[in-house]
Amino acid sequence: MSAEAHDHDHGHDHEHEHHHKDTFITKYIFSIDHKMIAKQYLITGIVMGVIGIAMSLLFRMQLAWPEESFKIFNVLLGDKFAPDGVMANDIYLALVTIHGTIMVFFVLTAGLSGTFSNLLIPLQIGARDMASGFMNMISYWLFFLSAVVMLCSLFVEAGPASAGWTIYPPLSALPQAIPGSGTGMTLWLVSMAIFIASSLMGSLNYIVTVLNLRTKGMSMTRLPLTIWTFFVTAIIGVISFPVLLSAALLLIFDRSFGTSFFLSDIYIAGEVLHYQGGSPVLFEHLFWFLGHPEVYIVILPAMGLVSEIMATNSRKPIFGYRAMIMSVLAIAFLSTIVWGHHMFISGMNPFLGSVFTFTTLLIAIPSAVKAFNWITTLWKGNLQFNPAMLFSIGMVSTFITGGLTGIILGDSTLDINVHDTYFVIAHFHLVMGISALYGMFAGIYHWFPKMYGRMLNKNLGYIHFWITAVCAYGVFFPMHFIGLAGLPRRYYTNTNFPLFDDLQNVNVLITTFALVGGAFQLVFLYNFFVSIFYGKKAVQNPWRSTTLEWTTPVEHIHGNWPGEIPHVYRWPYDYSNPNHDVDFVPQNVPMKEGEQVLHH
Amino acid sequence: MTSLLVIIVLVLLAIALWQLTKIFDLTQVGSTTDDSQIASDNDNNIQGYILFGFLAFIYIFTIYGLLKWGNLALHTPASEHGLLVDNLMNITWVLIFTVQVITQGLLYWFSFKNRGHKDRKALFFADSNKLEAIWSIIPSVVLACLILYGLYAWNNIMFVDKDEDVIEIELYAQQFKWTARYAGADNTLGKANVRLIEGVNTLGVDMSDKNSEDDIVVSELHIPKGKKVHFKMRSQDVLHSAYFPHFRAQMNCVPGMVTEFAFVPTYTTAEYRELPFMVEKVAKINKLRAEKSVELVAKGGTALDPYTFDYLLLCNKICGASHYNMQMKVVVDTPEDYKKWLSEKTTLAQDIKAAAAAEKPAEGAAPTGDSTAKKVEDTVKAVVDTVKAAVAKVAMK
Repeated sequence: MSAEAHDHDHGHDHEHEHHHKDTFITKYIFSIDHKMIAKQYLITGIVMGVIGIAMSLLFRMQLAWPEESFKIFNVLLGDKFAPDGVMANDIYLALVTIHGTIMVFFVLTAGLSGTFSNLLIPLQIGARDMASGFMNMISYWLFFLSAVVMLCSLFVEAGPASAGWTIYPPLSALPQAIPGSGTGMTLWLVSMAIFIASSLMGSLNYIVTVLNLRTKGMSMTRLPLTIWTFFVTAIIGVISFPVLLSAALLLIFDRSFGTSFFLSDIYIAGEVLHYQGGSPVLFEHLFWFLGHPEVYIVILPAMGLVSEIMATNSRKPIFGYRAMIMSVLAIAFLSTIVWGHHMFISGMNPFLGSVFTFTTLLIAIPSAVKAFNWITTLWKGNLQFNPAMLFSIGMVSTFITGGLTGIILGDSTLDINVHDTYFVIAHFHLVMGISALYGMFAGIYHWFPKMYGRMLNKNLGYIHFWITAVCAYGVFFPMHFIGLAGLPRRYYTNTNFPLFDDLQNVNVLITTFALVGGAFQLVFLYNFFVSIFYGKKAVQNPWRSTTLEWTTPVEHIHGNWPGEIPHVYRWPYDYSNPNHDVDFVPQNVPMKEGEQVLHH
Repeated sequence: MTSLLVIIVLVLLAIALWQLTKIFDLTQVGSTTDDSQIASDNDNNIQGYILFGFLAFIYIFTIYGLLKWGNLALHTPASEHGLLVDNLMNITWVLIFTVQVITQGLLYWFSFKNRGHKDRKALFFADSNKLEAIWSIIPSVVLACLILYGLYAWNNIMFVDKDEDVIEIELYAQQFKWTARYAGADNTLGKANVRLIEGVNTLGVDMSDKNSEDDIVVSELHIPKGKKVHFKMRSQDVLHSAYFPHFRAQMNCVPGMVTEFAFVPTYTTAEYRELPFMVEKVAKINKLRAEKSVELVAKGGTALDPYTFDYLLLCNKICGASHYNMQMKVVVDTPEDYKKWLSEKTTLAQDIKAAAAAEKPAEGAAPTGDSTAKKVEDTVKAVVDTVKAAVAKVAMK
């Protein structure tokens, strides 16, 4: 494969000429250039993110001011689901479901991992493009198609899927049980099947590219941590996504062809259904076999981006490079054997609960190593507080806050009473929602110049970060308390329980923070879209970084480097190396005569 | 409407802020360099101080939260094992708060302390096996302790001793209500399957099973204080979850299988109402309800009823549109009151008989204009029903 890379070198001039003949369609739509595909992923991810966040604001308003009339509900949800501007209870569940689905899969999996894996893998390992540009293009368009199908499901008559993003059967299998389990659910399943196909193609491409197309001198232990996390993420995806696909297929069988994989002994709407012998618990196992690794698919790339950005902006090597790699590998391994902690009280054998408690709490160890290494990276650094750096620090902060409550939820005994309450919502939003989102924002602020050749406005970036940081804590910190009060999640309103009346003020506060935080994401959108066209022109290496992507020209060219691909002589974190006068030594700078390697 | 206005104001505020940064940019027009969008020493300084301020915000917000909302959390557990759960919870909280305060402190303090400056040089500090070992081993040891305690508690709670003297009660979930079935004098629940649901027998109890004869079906759950109650849970349609927050108990109800959870209640409803924290909580809730009532009455609505505390069983697994209103009142009685309450209830067998008796006279009056065709139809229907019942029985076995 490396021979092929060299062939690319020779054929380059020809390719460059060819590139100018690109039509609008081959350049901007059916592009096979990884940089363009990365931008397509990003824009699609942002659009889906706007929809997903907007949905959360709508149901947060319902929670704070239950069954009150808002004109905006009627405008957005229509007369059927919000007559007189009062949100109906079934559309509330649909909003919750689609919010979860969109944010987890379309924004934080495809939008985050898809964007940065595509952008950075070839650029940082020194490759002309992905191993298969064509497959990469198919991967994006399948993702796009799945997003379109998911959005279409919002417009079917009975409403979109509303059984929660975990779509547990029988609720998701029986239209008699909830209207959203009709056509809406069918489209959900079709969309996810397409999404998984897209994700698998992407992941295979990332794995092959990292293994085979590294430039000369780029050994695995000279890879930036971004690449390590993308690589490991892709492996987890390849292992676990097919299991979700099989779960989705079996559910389609149960729904449409009368099989009984997940259903048994059901009496609904006055009649006994024919299903016999299946088990919903089986579905839970299959779902969480992907579902738990999925949260690491979401957070690992964010960790990689943050590691890279922190080192660059601290002007210091990332602390414990090898320990960081080991912890990523350990997290990846453990992530595939902890899924049962979502099922402590599902009715599975309590002995299994013990096993999963053990494996789950073990994950805290590599996670703690990562957190301490990030903190030590800041120690005695020369910190440059660019917006990307602020989001990275914010990510570490929310990852710690959210991760610590995982010690409660991962412990089967404690999970009994906080399971499926707002405590869970607070935990996972901080540890994988907000953290991954911060990682994504950090990545966008940092690599925007690489993507668009222009800079994002830093002052808008500061405003964006600080308002978001305060609001994120404002939303999710009080949520722990209403969870500890025993308030179940996915309740349309808790006015039927006088017991929970004293939580209402907290709900109003949370929603207020959510609305402010949501509104200020407009600052980011404005900054992003305006800067694409009117931002200040970027220099080649604005953050004075060591990695290879900053050795490419600002203007994108197909094949990335105009001449030969640079060779790599050192690890990616030679910041403030005492052997050199400048505070960063790019990876393609040869070692000085007699220069010692100063790290393990 | 007011909240809509609030949103509009917020959006306008956002626009105003953009404009402010625009002005800020314009003031720097003279010094337009290529790196104007990269943090300058001035930015590092300002942001460093804000980061430090943010640390203060986190600490203050935490303390404020604990003071203001700490009393919202569930208090005294009303079950025996609840003490074990809460004890483990408290230990875990102490650990979490300690780690949180220290790590967030370090994170933001280092950020503030090491804010960049053009004359500053970072320390090249790439790795240290000693440090890595410290922060691998310490969490390992601490977690090992937590895991051991957790597993000890878990095994105590989840495994019910077969020989133990327990009261068996079935919890039956369906969209969107709970029903309970008591085992009666023999303390053994009769077999059941949804295929046997018919008329008054809404739980599908197999009446041919000897153990079913004295089973009692009720819609309000009463349990005696100080006795282990062993719940067997079933669901008729979709997943539900039987959540008793005050007893620290929860278990999913799964169609097609029986799940179980057992606990010993330690306070009767009356006793729990008298606990000082509960008196305070109820007073607070009633104050809020009174305020709300004034508002409602002013709008022409009816006032809210004052609240008295009752234990509740909630559904805690999304189960359909009315999931948010699937609840059952739970009453913990003294053993004497419990016996009295139960003895006043009729058995399911009696209920079925009564229903049949009530139906008979109605049937006798009906067949006036009946034809042979109708008779044939009835016979076919009866045969089909018998076959169906037989199939269901076989399937159940």
